[in-house]
Amino acid sequence: MDDVLVLARAQFGLNIGFHILFPSLTIALGWILLYFRVQYARSGDAAWLATYKLWTKVFALSFAMGVVSGITMSFQFGTNWPGFMQKVGNIAGPLLAYEVLTAFFLEATFLGVMLFGMNRVPGWMHVFSAAMVAIGTTVSAFWILALNSWMQTPSGQGVDALQIIAGDWWSVIFNPSFPYRFTHMLLASGLTAAFVVAGLSAWRLLRAGEDVSARKTLRTGLVLAAVLAPLQIAVGDLHGLNTLEHQPAKIAAIEAIWKTEKGVPLVLFAVPNEEKRTNDFAVEIPEGASLILRHDADAELQGIDAFAPDAPPVAPVFFAFRAMVGIGVLMLALAWAGVWATRRGLLPSRRLLWTLSGFTFAGWVATLAGWLVAEIGRQPWLVTGVLKTADAVGAASGAALGASLTGYIVTYAGMLTAYMVVLTHLAGKGAQA
Amino acid sequence: MSLDLPLVFSFLMGLAVLMYVVLDGYDLGVGMLMPAADSQEQELMVASIGPFWDANETWLVLGVGILLVAFPVAHGIVLGALYLPVVAMLIGLMLRGVAFEFRVKAEGWHRELWNWLFWFGSFLASFAQGLMLGRYITGFNSGFGYYLFALLVGAALCGGYVLLGATWLILKTEGGLQKKALGWARWGLLWVALGVALVSLATPLASQTVFARWFDFPRTLALMLLPLATLAAGVFVWLAAGRMERGAPEPDWTPFAGAVAIFALAFAGLAYSLFPYVVMDRMTIWEAASHPSSLKVILAGVVIVLPFLIAYTAFAYRVFRGKARSGLYE
Repeated sequence: MDDVLVLARAQFGLNIGFHILFPSLTIALGWILLYFRVQYARSGDAAWLATYKLWTKVFALSFAMGVVSGITMSFQFGTNWPGFMQKVGNIAGPLLAYEVLTAFFLEATFLGVMLFGMNRVPGWMHVFSAAMVAIGTTVSAFWILALNSWMQTPSGQGVDALQIIAGDWWSVIFNPSFPYRFTHMLLASGLTAAFVVAGLSAWRLLRAGEDVSARKTLRTGLVLAAVLAPLQIAVGDLHGLNTLEHQPAKIAAIEAIWKTEKGVPLVLFAVPNEEKRTNDFAVEIPEGASLILRHDADAELQGIDAFAPDAPPVAPVFFAFRAMVGIGVLMLALAWAGVWATRRGLLPSRRLLWTLSGFTFAGWVATLAGWLVAEIGRQPWLVTGVLKTADAVGAASGAALGASLTGYIVTYAGMLTAYMVVLTHLAGKGAQA
Repeated sequence: MSLDLPLVFSFLMGLAVLMYVVLDGYDLGVGMLMPAADSQEQELMVASIGPFWDANETWLVLGVGILLVAFPVAHGIVLGALYLPVVAMLIGLMLRGVAFEFRVKAEGWHRELWNWLFWFGSFLASFAQGLMLGRYITGFNSGFGYYLFALLVGAALCGGYVLLGATWLILKTEGGLQKKALGWARWGLLWVALGVALVSLATPLASQTVFARWFDFPRTLALMLLPLATLAAGVFVWLAAGRMERGAPEPDWTPFAGAVAIFALAFAGLAYSLFPYVVMDRMTIWEAASHPSSLKVILAGVVIVLPFLIAYTAFAYRVFRGKARSGLYE
């Protein structure tokens, strides 16, 4: 790979990786806010109002971070990957346009009413605005995941005058991996938001154990996480089987299977060796991978050798997958322990509260790891079987890319630091009823 | 009858860009005026744009989105050529966007820092947009004169946004701050006059295409209506601001309406200079357009969604009509 491709990928990866943090929180937090707002509308309880107001601030901050980094994305499609739009613009374009039209304006406009209009509109209108914001974030996820899934498992496209066009929009949007990926992402967002709510509430309770609002939100976050975590594991498994069917090269990288053979072992841990095409220090369960993926200990699985040279790098996909699953399992255990520890209005031990605080952003780590699995596992393709990443890169010079990459890194590092500081500060003060 | 889809989409793109320039223009302008106000006034200024800025910036996403989806080849060329000013603009927009949220929650010198970043981000984004316009309209030609021209347009656009911001404040505030805003509006207007005049003179000199388009008698005579109308709008704003300063009865929305008229007229002039090129002198809208099948799908979406978009945008402006009040998240 030449330098420009590496820099373009690093820059785009940095931007989208930074961006994804905030939607992955706000998609579900929008619905949680709506729940707080409806609770207040039904009960008239000032504690619910204070809770709603505190979490509105967290939402507004996260939403602003998402908006500004999202604007960057809309430009980088063109600046970094002009080949992408030239080749598949007839499919990617309408999907992105529908996202702007049906989601961005809706959420941005009603967010203004939701944040600043509580005393200016009737109560039902305010609840309606909160609902529109939640719907907007979810619709936005629908379109962008339709596009991402289509890039992973393209279907429904045709060719007219040497151009790729959509033959059947229904199968473009509902392409083979879309239902699984969309559900997987929504659940990831639910878990991310649940842990942020629980973690920041735990942080508050460490300082003020009697805070009624923080106790309510701790319980809300934990119950939500406890319900969603097992669902996510089940959906993740289905998603994996779908990937085996449509992107077997990605599965080969995830499981570090180098050679196509029967009765493939499940590699628990190893250091994949890209040069020798083998695993160092491997700890394996014999025939495990065949059993899990094909439900038959003797079944044949395709290895990297079946796809080379168009195969993804193994080590990053292998490790990112294990990070995602590992954190997911820890989140499940912690959520269930937390639900038990908060039964009948109990206050958890300080040790558990500290652990929950430490896990505030665990959802982010898992989401990023999962995203690395999905996107690196697709390489060298940008659109599987249709367009290679190297063929889509732009003509920007290495110097321009390097300079702008530096600018982005400095800006993002500053923004993320400020975000974390403000969030912990807000949570530490708690909701004021 | 078959629809000329590239033409329809270039109209839609122009509309989105004009909406963006006017709407985000006023909130960028308010951002640039922050250092000229005291801290109480700053709260009112931020409150006057708080509910709107988010949706205002969405028009930029729509504009660049239409360029991306309807004219994908041009999107790559234009944004590739404008790489560094685009990055500068994006960093500016990011800084000011998050400063909105951070400054409210910060205290002491942190708050001062975010106020400063809010100003700096607003300025950087505005100036970079002017640079982009200056580079775009001259077809990305390189050479000292062309870069100087781009810098000039950058400064002029900042002045234009200050005018929009100041007239917005005249509409949304009262008392001492409104008085200050009247002064700012006149000051911004001078910059705009200078900028529009220089750009109008320099663009035909910098580009043969533009020259040929405007100086073609007798069409030139009819075209002169455009600069004359712009001049009239400028005089109108100047006089309206003067009447308000003297305390004569004057509706508070007229200066803003006049400023919007100046932008719309200047925009029409630019559009006339460029059309039908989407990349100046190199690529027309028909050469750059994507496949009709995808354009049709998008157009259907636009036709369905646009009435709703207009309805709820109007609703939001109605909810927040009248003078801005301090106290966010009330």
